[in-house]
Amino acid sequence: MENDRVLLSAEQVVKTFPLPAGRVQTVLEDVTLNIAQGEVVALLGRSGSGKSTLLRILAGLIRLDRGHVLVKGAFLEGPNSGVAIVFQSFALLPWLTVQENAELGLFARGVSKEICEKEALLALGMVGLEGFEGAYPKELSGGMRQRVGFARAFVMKPDVLMMDEPFSALDVLTAENLRGEISDLWERGAFPAKSILVVTHNIEEAVLLADRIVVLGANPGCIRGEVKVDIPRPRDKKASRFVALMDYIYTVMTNPQAAVGELPAAKPSARFPALPHARVGGISGLLEIVHDRGGREDLPKLADSLRLEVDDLLPAVDASALLGFAEVAHGDVIITQAGKEFATAGVHRSHEIFAEQLLKRVPFAITVTEAIRQKTDGRIGKAFLLDILDEHFSESEAERQFETLVDWGRYAHLFEYDADEERLYRVEEEEQSDIKG
Amino acid sequence: MSLNIWRKQSFFSSQAPVKRPALGLVDLAVGLGVLAFLYVVARVGAQSFVKFSPPDVIPSIGLDPRNLPNYAARSTLRMFIALAFSTVFTFVYGYAAARNRRAERLLVPLLDILQSVPVLGFLSVTVTAFIALFRGSLLGLEAASIFAIFTGQAWNMTFSFYQSLRSVPRELDEMATLYRLSKWERFTRLELPASVIGLVWNGMMSFGGGWFFLAASEAISVLNRRYTLPGLGSYVAAAIEAKDLHALAWAIFAMIAVILLIDQFFWKPLVTVANRYKLELSAGEERRFWLVELWRSASLPHYIKALVEPILRVVDRMLSAATAIPSKTNRDKPSKTGDLVYNALLFVITAGLVVTATRFVLSGVGIAEVGHAALLGMATGGRVVVLLIFSTFVWTPIGVTIGFNPRLARISQPIVQILASFPANFIFPFATLAFIKLGLSLNWGSMLLMALGAQWYLLFNVIGGAQGIPNDLREMAASIGLRRGRAWRALLGPGIFGSWVTGAITASGGAWNASIVSELVSWGNTTLKANGLGAYISEATAKGDWPRIVLGVGLMSVFVVGLNRLVWRPLYDLAGSKYQLG
Repeated sequence: MENDRVLLSAEQVVKTFPLPAGRVQTVLEDVTLNIAQGEVVALLGRSGSGKSTLLRILAGLIRLDRGHVLVKGAFLEGPNSGVAIVFQSFALLPWLTVQENAELGLFARGVSKEICEKEALLALGMVGLEGFEGAYPKELSGGMRQRVGFARAFVMKPDVLMMDEPFSALDVLTAENLRGEISDLWERGAFPAKSILVVTHNIEEAVLLADRIVVLGANPGCIRGEVKVDIPRPRDKKASRFVALMDYIYTVMTNPQAAVGELPAAKPSARFPALPHARVGGISGLLEIVHDRGGREDLPKLADSLRLEVDDLLPAVDASALLGFAEVAHGDVIITQAGKEFATAGVHRSHEIFAEQLLKRVPFAITVTEAIRQKTDGRIGKAFLLDILDEHFSESEAERQFETLVDWGRYAHLFEYDADEERLYRVEEEEQSDIKG
Repeated sequence: MSLNIWRKQSFFSSQAPVKRPALGLVDLAVGLGVLAFLYVVARVGAQSFVKFSPPDVIPSIGLDPRNLPNYAARSTLRMFIALAFSTVFTFVYGYAAARNRRAERLLVPLLDILQSVPVLGFLSVTVTAFIALFRGSLLGLEAASIFAIFTGQAWNMTFSFYQSLRSVPRELDEMATLYRLSKWERFTRLELPASVIGLVWNGMMSFGGGWFFLAASEAISVLNRRYTLPGLGSYVAAAIEAKDLHALAWAIFAMIAVILLIDQFFWKPLVTVANRYKLELSAGEERRFWLVELWRSASLPHYIKALVEPILRVVDRMLSAATAIPSKTNRDKPSKTGDLVYNALLFVITAGLVVTATRFVLSGVGIAEVGHAALLGMATGGRVVVLLIFSTFVWTPIGVTIGFNPRLARISQPIVQILASFPANFIFPFATLAFIKLGLSLNWGSMLLMALGAQWYLLFNVIGGAQGIPNDLREMAASIGLRRGRAWRALLGPGIFGSWVTGAITASGGAWNASIVSELVSWGNTTLKANGLGAYISEATAKGDWPRIVLGVGLMSVFVVGLNRLVWRPLYDLAGSKYQLG
């Protein structure tokens, strides 16, 4: 029944970016997505899932390699004129006033000055910026700047209003406030667009705004599945259905292999599972807090009490799970025996525990340590390891994997790293005993 | 929809409308100032059409100081015409390089080479060509001089514009694409404002450097003929020939006055206005400048604006319509074979040019001459290195001291900037006289001459670098007792390294160029000469010895480009990766 009301759709879209040395990185793999009239769709995924790329493909800003985009059934070529975007960085022109920024899209269409002005003032009124028409963006706070961003999109009266992480450049309170106002506008039926597509990594934001959450997986970006949000509006964040749905999505997000909706689990692919980009300090900090709170804590609650987004905590949570310091279930972090020891051990003992877990549970750390031990000069070049990592990761990701490994290995006293020579080398015995002694 | 109605403000007029009082005294000042300016320009410009038929009729230079205002005005007019051409060139070349992938592959390396080539070596070519082009009028010489200044200004400005275009924030670019801003709208609302600060600063620096080329190009011996163009540069040349120290002092005084006036009436207002087009959204204190304030408080400009604005609106809408983006943009993938053919074509043309030039040189002078010239090149190169080392030892401590003292910096920075734009060749005669009196060989003396112009770039970059070292780090160094040598090695050296490299690149480029006028100098009938590639080029130019001109200029370009690639580029990268503060 929805087919005739589909405004915008992507069909089997594949997008790759060229890497140096003639290789390509697949950013989106076989992605199909429909946006129907009157719905709010959230694209939820962690960094590297290609969610912003997908948004730009639907807006006609990026060329795709395979598949196609349909606008009301017709092939899309060039920028999509039925779309307006609210950008993460606001994308305002600092030398134009608030009103000039807001009316820029209409002006470019050749609309007369009177109509431009009228529409811009109307849109500025909707976002609560009456009286600021003559101000310049630099005179406004971050939240007000993004209001101008919304007004500029509203003026276009688009079929689909796209938001690319619209609140993530704002502080928590301002984001909360603006998010609430936008969702109010939608609920009142006063929204100047037929549908909304919002890209976010913030789970609460997705559950609050969307009718349908499309969960993206990373490396390469693909659709893992979707979750219907049939919670009546206005939505109460403390309602049990809301909390339950959040917990469910946290579980999905913290388990990259878990099924979403009805989809089967994807196979774990790499011989070397990716190391989460968490510093040892972050891991032990997390474990200490969870231990202090009785060894089990709800992730959203934890994030909230630390004034962080759950997304900020995920690397440390994933790393704890990988190292066997914690388990994650139903959106809760549960500390393990090893985790408890690690969190309470003294400085020297904690280095040892970390080394034990690292050598027990992280194949790549084992490989590297073994390789250094077997070399007679006890040294191994960064380039050599990057070559291995390059087979499994993109270039920048390989670099980050290496950095994380160095951080962990240094902490565990498994090896040292000389950044000038770009070599890993063995920690000499006497140094080691020195540290232990 | 009526097409002829414009929005209220644009890049050209970004001020909010304010209620204006009737005309007042301020308006009288502004109006008279503008009229007087236009009169002088018309008066001075007309002289360029004077009849001229060399070698019989050559404009003569009178050494009476009362002629100086006229000469200064003519030189200034040349500078501004060159600046106008540089600006137009910047827009066309920079835009093509930034917007067309294939053009970029040719234009950017070409610009890199043009930037490094000794412009003064080409004077012979251009003077001959322009005189042939405008027979029987002084315009040919004017054009040659303007072209010399242009070649000293354009490349830097173009690079700055190209880089600004390439670094427009991605989301702003996407916004402009999504809302289908026409090419004209994109240029006036996004690209020009985003690049205007860099453009103005680079224009100011290049303009300062232009005086040097002006002085060198107004009086020149090319192909066994002397050409003279009335102006400050030729006045100095005439004074040297007449051994007139008083006239020289007057010329220097006039030069300083002109630099100060242009700074106050042109660059300062431009910088003040340009600063409004900052890309960051952080609110900063707005710069104020007396001339800009005067202009704003006057009513006359606003009345004129009210008259002109409707016309501008129509023009704006028309240009927008003419450059509109079609609703369906054809976005075919770039063809691989097309790229291949294009690259092959570029390669063949480049190789053909190199082969032709090599054959021309070899058939004219033989291989031994090439070796000789290369040795001379190394001598000049050695001078540049020694000069850089000396300037570094002298100016780095001074620069750091100034940079660490905000009051001192405020006072000295404009002075250093004036010194940098002051054409060093005005000082040459005094130095030459000293060399003759002391019996010092120009082999050593030329280093001093080259340093006169080049060293300032080192100084003000070091000042900037020292100002960039965070206060926290300096307090840390003081609190843990880092002194002298250790402080330099641990903090000051690495902290100013990046700025030093930037300064040294500019200084070395300037020194190579200056070698052409520094290795062969004269006072009256006495001529001093140093062994070097600069003197080699000067002599070849004066005699009209084409194979040697091509050889000398070609070799110097190879030296400069080679040094840039082998020494400066790696140092620059090192500065960016390892010694980046903050």
